[in-house]
Amino acid sequence: MALSKDGIAKRIAKEIKDGYYVNLGIGIPTLVANYIPIGINVVLQSENGLLGMGPFPFEGEEDADLINAGKQTITTLAGSSIFDSALSFGMIRAQKIDLTILGAMEVSENGDIANWKIPGKMVKGMGGAMDLVASAKNIIVAMQHVNKAGESKLLPSCSLPLTGVKCIKKIVTELAVLDVLPEGGFKLLERAPGVSVDFIKQATLGKLYANENVPEMILD
Amino acid sequence: MINKVVAGADEAIKDIHDGDTLMLGGFGLCGIPENCITALVKKGVKELTCISNNAGVDDFGIGLMLKTRQVKKMISSYVGENAEFERQLLSGELEVELIPQGTLATRCMAAGYGMPAIFTPAGVGTEVAEGKEIRNFDGKDYLMEYAFDADFALVKAWKGDTAGNLIFRSTSRNFNPVMAMAGKTTIAEVEILVEAGELDPDHIHTSGVFVHRIFQGKDYEKRIEQRTVRMKE
Repeated sequence: MALSKDGIAKRIAKEIKDGYYVNLGIGIPTLVANYIPIGINVVLQSENGLLGMGPFPFEGEEDADLINAGKQTITTLAGSSIFDSALSFGMIRAQKIDLTILGAMEVSENGDIANWKIPGKMVKGMGGAMDLVASAKNIIVAMQHVNKAGESKLLPSCSLPLTGVKCIKKIVTELAVLDVLPEGGFKLLERAPGVSVDFIKQATLGKLYANENVPEMILD
Repeated sequence: MINKVVAGADEAIKDIHDGDTLMLGGFGLCGIPENCITALVKKGVKELTCISNNAGVDDFGIGLMLKTRQVKKMISSYVGENAEFERQLLSGELEVELIPQGTLATRCMAAGYGMPAIFTPAGVGTEVAEGKEIRNFDGKDYLMEYAFDADFALVKAWKGDTAGNLIFRSTSRNFNPVMAMAGKTTIAEVEILVEAGELDPDHIHTSGVFVHRIFQGKDYEKRIEQRTVRMKE
């Protein structure tokens, strides 16, 4: 069965290692924070200027001066630090952040990503996504395998304006965990419980490489 | 000590003219110069180019200046959450340049540090790179992006002193310190204005040298864009 959004978040959480500094994008990536395994110490970065993002405040304790990059009210934690926007992107560019998890509209088989603009429709802007994908050493894309029209989002090449070029190495969808191979193409590493390799092939327009025995994801 | 204090927002912005380029601090509605925006709307100055990460919402922040058609061009990284903005953009009344958030911050920083340009990998291979010089360092491509050239920077701090030294609070710091450094004239509005000597020099985020005018702000609304809470268990 295909994973829920929380299922995708749960699977991605298993990629997080003890001691990581992690930037979570808006949408499914935000949910990853709920599934970080006990005993794994991570520090979440919010690119508007915070390391050590805590949970939402209790009702009545919201602080207009303390928000995350999604403009949500949040809290700090013991050990948090605050800094300005230039410093924030300095630590991103200098690869002090170990892992970036973000959503995407399309990913191509050579690792290009498109997630900021649909021409002809409203253009909201790239925010920090272009900076993150251009500099992060380790990026995981969290997204649905197909769009609402049923079209594959894993493509030979992106049709939408790019956010970054040859930067994505791992993708987790409701159907599968995949690597983007350095020479191009998607390598199927794991499938969602009960989802067949053929089903994933049908949902993948880009080149897909799969071994004979592709294991199912282990979520718990 | 040099005294930078002016009476209020109206006096602070009195020499902002039609066609000027302004930097406005803030991220979303967090840490925006509310008093200066109100004064700009009152003054009615127009044809402005605004450098700001976001464009406010329909009835708050820079959204107020969009409503009165005072903005000719926005330079931002993210401009969702604003229907009037969308309408003016689609009708061609408003010019918009979208740039990566880190590029925006660092172009401010460059101006503040007296550097003409920066090199960043953000946007390489995308439409952001169109027409820009690319340089390769150690096998990786970087875009050359110029320092901003802004007539005024309007920033909001939590505390400030009469010498123009500023302390920001929590994530309302965001773009404010780098914009404060980058403006040809920098105007700071603060929630709490104190005498020089009352702030610990070790705790100053922005040195008064960068701030030309400072005033005690009033009636801060500090609106929350996304109120998210959890329940007590």
